[in-house]
Amino acid sequence: MTVTITLNGIRRTGEVQADTSLYTFLRQQGCLSVKCGCETSNCGLCTVHMDGHPVLSCSVPAFRADGHEVTTLEGLQKEAEEFGAFLADEGGEQCGFCSPGFVMSVLAMVRELPDPTDEEIREYLAGNLCRCTGYQSQLRAIKKWLAARKEGDK
Amino acid sequence: MYTASNYVLAQSLEQALELNRKKSSAVIGGGCWLRLGNRRIGTLIDLSALGLDKIQEKEEEISLGAMVTLRQLETSKELAAAFGPLFQEMVRHIVGVQFRNCATLGGSIVSRFGFSDVLTGLMALDCQVELAQKGRMPLEEYARLSPDRDILTAVVVKKDGRKAAYQSVRNASTDLPVLTCALSRKGDLWRLVLGARPGKAMAAETDDAGRLEELARDFSFGSNMRGSEEYRRHLAEVLTRRALAQLEGEQV
Amino acid sequence: MSYVSKPIRKRDAMSLVTGKPVYTGDLCPAGALQVCLLRSPHAHALVESVDKTAALRVPGVVAIYTWEDAPQSRFTTAGQTWPEPSPYDRLILDRRLRCVGDPVAIIAAETEESAQKARQLLKVKYQVLEPLLDFTKALDNPIIVHPEENFRALCDVGTDAARNLCSQEEMTVGDVEGELAQSEVVLERVYHSRANSQAMMETFRTYSYIDEYGRLNVVSSTQVPFHVRRILGNALEMSRRDIRIVKPRIGGGFGAKQSVVSEIFPAFVTKMTGRPAYICYTRQESFTNGSPRHEMEMRVRIGADRDGTIRVIDLFALSNAGAYGDHGPTTIGLVGHKALSLYGTLKAARFGCQVVYTNTMGAGAYRGYGATQGIFAVETAVNELAAQLGMDPCLLREKNMVRQGQIMATYYNEPCNSCALDRCMEKAKKMMNWEEKYPRRVLENGHIRSVGVAMAMQGSGISGVDIGSVEIRLNDDGFYTLLVGCTDMGTGCDTILSQMAADCLECDLDRIAVRGVDTDQSPYDTGSYASSTTYITGMAVVRTCQELREKILDMGAQMMGVPVEQAEFDGRRVFVPGGKEISLAEIGSASFEGHNHCLSSCISHSSPISPPPFMVGMAEIDLDPETGAVQVVDYAAAVDCGTVVNTNLARVQTEGGIAQGIGMTLYEEVLHTPQGRLVNDSFLQYKIPSRLDLGTIRVEFESSYEPSGPFGAKSIGELVINTPAPAILGAILNATGKAFHTLPVKPEDVAMALLEDKK
Repeated sequence: MTVTITLNGIRRTGEVQADTSLYTFLRQQGCLSVKCGCETSNCGLCTVHMDGHPVLSCSVPAFRADGHEVTTLEGLQKEAEEFGAFLADEGGEQCGFCSPGFVMSVLAMVRELPDPTDEEIREYLAGNLCRCTGYQSQLRAIKKWLAARKEGDK
Repeated sequence: MYTASNYVLAQSLEQALELNRKKSSAVIGGGCWLRLGNRRIGTLIDLSALGLDKIQEKEEEISLGAMVTLRQLETSKELAAAFGPLFQEMVRHIVGVQFRNCATLGGSIVSRFGFSDVLTGLMALDCQVELAQKGRMPLEEYARLSPDRDILTAVVVKKDGRKAAYQSVRNASTDLPVLTCALSRKGDLWRLVLGARPGKAMAAETDDAGRLEELARDFSFGSNMRGSEEYRRHLAEVLTRRALAQLEGEQV
Repeated sequence: MSYVSKPIRKRDAMSLVTGKPVYTGDLCPAGALQVCLLRSPHAHALVESVDKTAALRVPGVVAIYTWEDAPQSRFTTAGQTWPEPSPYDRLILDRRLRCVGDPVAIIAAETEESAQKARQLLKVKYQVLEPLLDFTKALDNPIIVHPEENFRALCDVGTDAARNLCSQEEMTVGDVEGELAQSEVVLERVYHSRANSQAMMETFRTYSYIDEYGRLNVVSSTQVPFHVRRILGNALEMSRRDIRIVKPRIGGGFGAKQSVVSEIFPAFVTKMTGRPAYICYTRQESFTNGSPRHEMEMRVRIGADRDGTIRVIDLFALSNAGAYGDHGPTTIGLVGHKALSLYGTLKAARFGCQVVYTNTMGAGAYRGYGATQGIFAVETAVNELAAQLGMDPCLLREKNMVRQGQIMATYYNEPCNSCALDRCMEKAKKMMNWEEKYPRRVLENGHIRSVGVAMAMQGSGISGVDIGSVEIRLNDDGFYTLLVGCTDMGTGCDTILSQMAADCLECDLDRIAVRGVDTDQSPYDTGSYASSTTYITGMAVVRTCQELREKILDMGAQMMGVPVEQAEFDGRRVFVPGGKEISLAEIGSASFEGHNHCLSSCISHSSPISPPPFMVGMAEIDLDPETGAVQVVDYAAAVDCGTVVNTNLARVQTEGGIAQGIGMTLYEEVLHTPQGRLVNDSFLQYKIPSRLDLGTIRVEFESSYEPSGPFGAKSIGELVINTPAPAILGAILNATGKAFHTLPVKPEDVAMALLEDKK
C-alpha cells in the first residue's frame, strides 16, 4: 500500500505494509532521530508530532498517518538547538538516546502550556522515560529555557 | 507485536461491520494495546474516517465517540464542567501524554481490561454504549459480555447531576493500578465501582453512605504480581472512604 | 582559562540533543542481514533435534544455525581483563539450555520479517529437565547446571561446578567470635536484594561486516571494546588480529554492556556468510537475557556497645549467578570490601560468600557491582542498630565511620588517603535539616514525613588490573588529537579527559579533537567499568601531557637553537623569557616536515590502589500509612569524589544513580514464574522511575584531594546508586518502627505490616 505523508513539511510517498508502524516508516525515510526503546508503548523515545500533537510513532500504524502532517526532530532543528543548548548546559542529555523523543515532547508542551508549573512539566513529560539523569537536570534546563524565552519576549 | 495483512480505512460503519464479521479481522483504536498481543490479523479496520473522534454535548447527555482519545477526555472542558476532575483523574496516570494522544476510549472499553481506569471511572456514571448493530446498552452490561463482532461507536454519558470521585493506588506512578475506585452520588444513591481487583470493574449501589465500606469489602478480589487479595480488600475500604470524603467535600 | 572543576558542556551534546544519527542502529549499513534468535521456552532442557525444513523455505532466509554449527570452545562473556575470574562456561549455541531464553538457533535473513517468520517455523524437540530455580538450595543440589567436561575456571576462585559453586571466598580480620561475645548488643539479620535490570534506553545491539582487508569488523554498543575483541576471538575460534571493534555513541550501559551480550551473534553470521549482519535486542530480550544485578541473600551480625561503638561486623553473602558465571566471582567481593570498610572502628570483621549456579538468567555487572547489595545490608542493619540503641543513626555513624589517615583492614589494607565522609555527613545533615526532621512528623492528612540516612563507598578502578592508555598527538596548526580507549557511554568521559588535557597542555578545549573507540586505532584501555575512567585513564592523560610538553619544549628549543634548559612552554609558544619565541602552530607544522619528529606521546597508567569515593545520602519520605505508599519527596546527597572534574556531569551522574537506587528500593525487581520464566519483561511490567515518581534530588560535593588521582580526583559513577535503599528503609523504620529486609519494599508490604499492629 502507498501512503503519502507530509513529513517535516515535504510530501513523502512510500510503500508500507498493513502492520508497518509510523516509527518504521520514519526510519526508512531517513528520520534516524526517532528511536525505539520498548515494545509496549511505555518509553516515549519514538515521540513525534502528528498534526501538531505528540504521539507514539511505534503505536500509530503508518497507514493512519496517510494524508497527515508528521514532524520529527529533523524538521525542528532550530528549536532543537535552542532548547538543546539549555539541556546540554545542564548535562541533561547524558547518553542522549532518549533526547529526541524528550525534546519533541518539550516542544509540544510549550505549545499547549506556555507557562507550566514544575508539577505540570513533570506530568506532561511523564511518558518520556530516561534512565541516566534522574530527570532533575532536565527540569532545570526546561525552567531556564522558559525563563530565557520569557525574557526574550519582553 | 501483531501482524496484519490488510489495512482498510473504513468509509462507512456498514463497511466496517461487514469486514469485522471475519474472526481474523480487528478494529484498531489507538494501536497501543493491540501491540501488546501477538495476534495475526487478517484485516485491520480503521474507524478514523467516520467522525467518531468527537465529544458532543447535548441537552441531557454527552456523547463520546469511540475514537476519542484519552487525552481528549482529559482536556475536555465539557466533561470537566459536567463531572469535575473525574475524567482527568482517571486517565492522568496512564503512561504519558503521547500515549493518551493515541489510545482511544473505544480501545479501552472494548478490551475490557481488568486494570482499566477508564472502565472503572465511566461505570460510576450513568453510561450507555452505542453499538453499530445492537444499538444502546448499559456500559455495565456491555462490560460483562464476551467480545463479539459488533462495533462500538460511542459511549453516552447522562448529565444527571451526578458527582463522582476517582481514586487509585499504584506501585509506581505510571504503573497499572493495584486497585481503582470510583464513587458517584446522585441524590441519595451511591454507586461504587472497583476495578483492577484484578478482575474487571464491577459496580454496587446503596442509598446508605454508612454502608459503603462494608460494600467495598464484599467485592471479590484476587492476587497477582501487583498485590494480594488481602491488600486489595484493605485498599478497597481505604479508597472508598477517601472517595466518600472527597464527595462530601472534606479534606482527604 | 582552566576547564577542570567547571560545568563544561559535553562535546557531543549538541549532536545528541538534535537527534543526529550517531548510535549503532543509525550507522548499520543497508542490506545487512537481520539476525534474530530462537530462544528456549524451558529453564532447563536438552535440544534433541531442530527441524529447519519449513523455516529455510521462507523467502529471504539466508542461514539458520544450531548448536552443531557453532564452535565448541567455552568462554565467558564477562568483559574482564584476562585471565578472567569468571569461569569459561558458555558456548555460542549449546545443546544444553540452562535458562529460559538461552539461544537455540540463530536465524539470518534479508529482512526482519523473514527472520521472524522463519523462527516461528523452526520445530524443536526438547528433552525437558527439571530446573534448579531456588538459589538458596543450589549448593550440592542433585540438579547440576554445568555438568559439561570442558567447563573451566581460569582463576582460583573456589569454583566447583559439581556443587553448582561458581566461586567462594572468606576474609577475616581480628577475633570475630570473641568480639561478638564481648559486645553488649548483637544484632543479627538476613537481607535479600533482588535482581534488577539496568534498563538502559538503548537495548543491546551490534552490526558486523568484513572490510576491504578481509577482517571482521564489529560495531557495537559496548563498554569494553578491547575485551569484546578477545572474547569474540575465543568464541568464534578466530585470531584476534582478524577482528576490529568500533564503539560509536552508546545509549547507556550501567554495566549491562560490560558483558558481551549481543556481539557474538551477528559476528558469527558474518563469519559464516561473509555478509554484513545486524542484531537489535528487543526490550523483552534485554530483560529476559541481559546481564542484571546478582540477586543476593546476606546475613549480617553486628556487635556493638551500648554507647554506640561498633566492634565487629560479620557478613555472609549468597549470590545467584544464574545460568552463567559472568562477573559472579568478582561482584561478590565488593559486597564485603565496600560495606565493611565504611566503619573504621571495627576490632574484627569477617566476610564470607558463595556464588551459585541456578537455571535463572545469567547475571552480570550493574552499577555498584555488589557494593550496592552489601551496603544495603550493612547500612540497613546499622539503622536497625541505631533504633535498638535509641540513638540518632547519624550520631552512631559519626562515632564509627572510617576517617582519613586510617588503614582499611577490610579493603586490602589500603590506606585511606582521601576521605571527607565526616564532612559529607555534616553537609548532608545541614542540607536535610536533619536535626529538625529526625525522626518523623505526622501531617494533617495522616501521612508520615520521616528521614533516613546511609553512607556509601566504592572504588576507583580495579587496583593492579585496570589499565588506561592515552595517546596525544600534536598536529600541524598546533591542535591536538586525543586518542582514548575508554568508552564514553553517555557519562561524558570524552569531555572530561579533554578538559584534563586542555588544562595540562594549557590550551583551549576546542584545540583538542577526541574520538570514540576503535581497537585498531585507540590505545589499549580495559574499558569503562569499575568506576575507573576518570581516575585511571584521567591519570594517563595527565602523564601523557607531561611527556608531550617535554617533547614540544625540546623541539621548540631546537628550532630556536637555544638550550632546552633556557626555554619554557606556556601552551601557546615555546620561548626564552625576554627573548626568542616560536608558536605551537609553527612547531606543529615543522613536525610534519621532513624529519623524524612527529610529536606524540602514549602512556599507559594503572594504579596499585583503588581509592574509595564516599558519600552520605538522606531520604525524606512521605508515607501514607493506609495505602502503604512511600514517596521520596526529597533526597540530599553529599559526595566526596575527590576533585570534581566536571561539576555538571558529576551532579547528573549522582542524580541519575540515586534515581536508579530509588527504583530498586521501591518497585524494581526481576521476578520469575515457578517454571523460571521472567514475569516482568517489559516497561509495562518492570517499572523504572518516571518523572512523577521522583521528588527533588539535591547534590552537593564535599571534596577531599586524592594524591594518586588526576587533579586529585576519584570516581563517581557507581558510588551514587548505593545509598537510596538503606536510607529509604531507614526512613520507613523511623516513620513506622517497622524494619524491612527484602527489596523492593512495596506499598503492600508497608500497609500490611502496619495492619498487623492494629490486629
